[in-house]
Amino acid sequence: MVVKIPAKAVLSASTALGMVAALSACGGTGDEESGDRTLTYWASNQGASVEEDKEVLQPSLDRFTEETGVEVELEVIPWGELYNRILTAVSSGDGPDVLNIGNTWAASLQETGAFVPYEGEDLEAAGGEGRFVETSFATGGAEGEPPTSVPLYGLSYALFYNPTMFEEAGIEEPPSTWEEFTETAEELTEDTDGDGEPDQYGFTMEAGSERQNSHFAHVLGLQQGGELWADGPNFSSQEVVDAVKMRLDMMTEQGIVNPSNAEFSDGTQSIADFADERAAMMMAQGSARTTLASRDFDDYEVAQIPVMDPLPGQPIQSHAAGINISVFNETDDKEGALQLVDHLTSSEEQVYLSQEFQTLPVATEAYENEELQSESMDTFRTILTDHAAPMPLIPEEGQMETVLGESIAGLFADAATGSEITEDDIRAAMEEAETQMNAAD
Amino acid sequence: MSTTDDTEEPRPRAEEEAPAAESHGGGTRKRRRRRPDFLPYGMVLPAAAMELLIHIIPMILGIYIAFTSLTQLTIRNWTSAPFVGLENFVRGLDPSGALGSELFQSLFRTIVYTALVVGISWALGMAAAVALNTRFRGRGALRTLFLVPYALPVYVAAIVWAFMFNQRDGMINRLLVEDLGLLDQGPFWLIGDNAFWVLVIVSIWRLWPFAFLMLLAALQSIPGELYEAAAIDGASTWKRFTGITMPMVRSSNAVVLLVMGLWTFNEFNVPFLLFGDVSPDSARLISPLIYEHSFVNWNFGLGAAMSVLLLAALVIASAVYVRMVLPKGNSND
Repeated sequence: MVVKIPAKAVLSASTALGMVAALSACGGTGDEESGDRTLTYWASNQGASVEEDKEVLQPSLDRFTEETGVEVELEVIPWGELYNRILTAVSSGDGPDVLNIGNTWAASLQETGAFVPYEGEDLEAAGGEGRFVETSFATGGAEGEPPTSVPLYGLSYALFYNPTMFEEAGIEEPPSTWEEFTETAEELTEDTDGDGEPDQYGFTMEAGSERQNSHFAHVLGLQQGGELWADGPNFSSQEVVDAVKMRLDMMTEQGIVNPSNAEFSDGTQSIADFADERAAMMMAQGSARTTLASRDFDDYEVAQIPVMDPLPGQPIQSHAAGINISVFNETDDKEGALQLVDHLTSSEEQVYLSQEFQTLPVATEAYENEELQSESMDTFRTILTDHAAPMPLIPEEGQMETVLGESIAGLFADAATGSEITEDDIRAAMEEAETQMNAAD
Repeated sequence: MSTTDDTEEPRPRAEEEAPAAESHGGGTRKRRRRRPDFLPYGMVLPAAAMELLIHIIPMILGIYIAFTSLTQLTIRNWTSAPFVGLENFVRGLDPSGALGSELFQSLFRTIVYTALVVGISWALGMAAAVALNTRFRGRGALRTLFLVPYALPVYVAAIVWAFMFNQRDGMINRLLVEDLGLLDQGPFWLIGDNAFWVLVIVSIWRLWPFAFLMLLAALQSIPGELYEAAAIDGASTWKRFTGITMPMVRSSNAVVLLVMGLWTFNEFNVPFLLFGDVSPDSARLISPLIYEHSFVNWNFGLGAAMSVLLLAALVIASAVYVRMVLPKGNSND
């Protein structure tokens, strides 16, 4: 059957298509003709929601526009989507001018060659190396190469504890060594409702989180005198095995962690347990304070992460965590992009952003600001500046975190479901993780 | 020897025969050549173009990527990612290697999972369709209720199930331990070996309304007279089911089982929403495994190779199934 299309319909469709094309063309040329400078900026989601982040960032970006005349189009990207969005931009060459990256991704993304190296005049335009906290600046890329990211938000793990619960248990000071930590946590692990099972625990952790498992394997591995990466995966070394065992023992040997923590994997559940006073201590990054505030919980104080005594390795308490900022190589306005980096990392803006996002300033000068003077800020700062070491600065870092962290999460799952986990089991799991890393490489 | 006689008049061409064949009543309509009609092709063109863009080109690119070592490090110039030949396939398929053994374990698990989910969903759907194919009070309400799992967004449903299966605070353990007293202690559902059964339960809950819906439609097309005649002849309910219902819905069953099998084998949403980026070992299906290689470890070449293998396996299995089970149809159709 032959269907006739009325000429009028064809004409209407053509006209509509033509109008769409014309309007699209108008949008493109208008900006060029006006000569306005507009940068696009992808920010990572730091606060409780994307909307909240926009509300925080927009005033800072408005100040930038006032200073330079350069407009900024902001897009806040949820954390879970950010890496794949960046890779999409890298593969298509069609990305933002400026973007946030997780600092543990820095070496991987540097290897793609998609970002402007901060060196010479470009580094000076972004504020200069001297502006930044040394440990945070070290996360900008692989060692010995010009970094392709500079720090924007500093973060570090610290020990959060509930002073009221401590007081009720007659404990005066937060623990500073792992031995003290275990004793304190055992005292705080209680059966408060008399059913014969503890319902209040001394400590809560994200035992199912690949990221946190890897972070603490790194921290405790360094305290033990080992390291996760030595010309390849080094997970089955005695030091790393001992480090993994230290955390597992909290659930299996010492019973200071509720086995249900093996299901915690999204980074918020242990914070919820702490806020609900089901646990007296947790180890979390500074940004956990925004979550605690959103739950109207302020009965906590912050202390340094315990260190082994005697200490076979280094007094490391956290990885140098945080968010870095990069300039996309394909930008049409490199000068403007570097100006934006300079603006966001300036002392004034760092004070503002630190207060809003509960992060640590990455500009050393910002710490002198009166508004940031507090005991908890001092604690976080000391940990970041004196007791933090970046995760291994290798292109395979992201993959390493997944494979190693997943393996440790599996051990926690086995322990929680009743299996007895020996040192040999841990070593076997670590060897398996090494094999997977080598096979996938 | 040629069968054509050179002296014979040349036969008219097909396009010249057509108008004559149409000239009913022996009229002398003027023969004219039909002009080629491009409209049907024009009508198909947009769909063909979209099919090319959305399916064919990405599939070809996927096959190409499977032969490269495309990772996060080489993605900037992905068209020039190092060509590694069959290396990704060899690594992915080597049962003695870490990746190959993981693939085969996931494949076996996925086959068991698919058989359980499809089998039980089909049985539930068929039972519900037969039950609701007779008139009784409240039938409409029940039909609507049965479709709720199918109507709910999978995201919402899976998250609610994850809450319910939470070991410490979940409703399932509260029911088993506190309300019914069947267990002394609530087991873990979302980690360890039980994770597989949670996956099966949630997937069945999600899938069976589809079987119910399709089979109910098929049952309603069976003439009631067949059942009446069988009842007069003294056939039991079971005999009527096996002798009338099953043969009459055979075609629908074949299609329903094929579609549910393909969906279930490729299931990604439910495990991803229940367990996150990385499923527990006991519940790792083939699609989440490919996702993990591609978008958690960013080894796109390996992920693409595994996808190609999966696609080939599904195409072969589907082709065999279609040839063996689906009705052949009428050649005059």
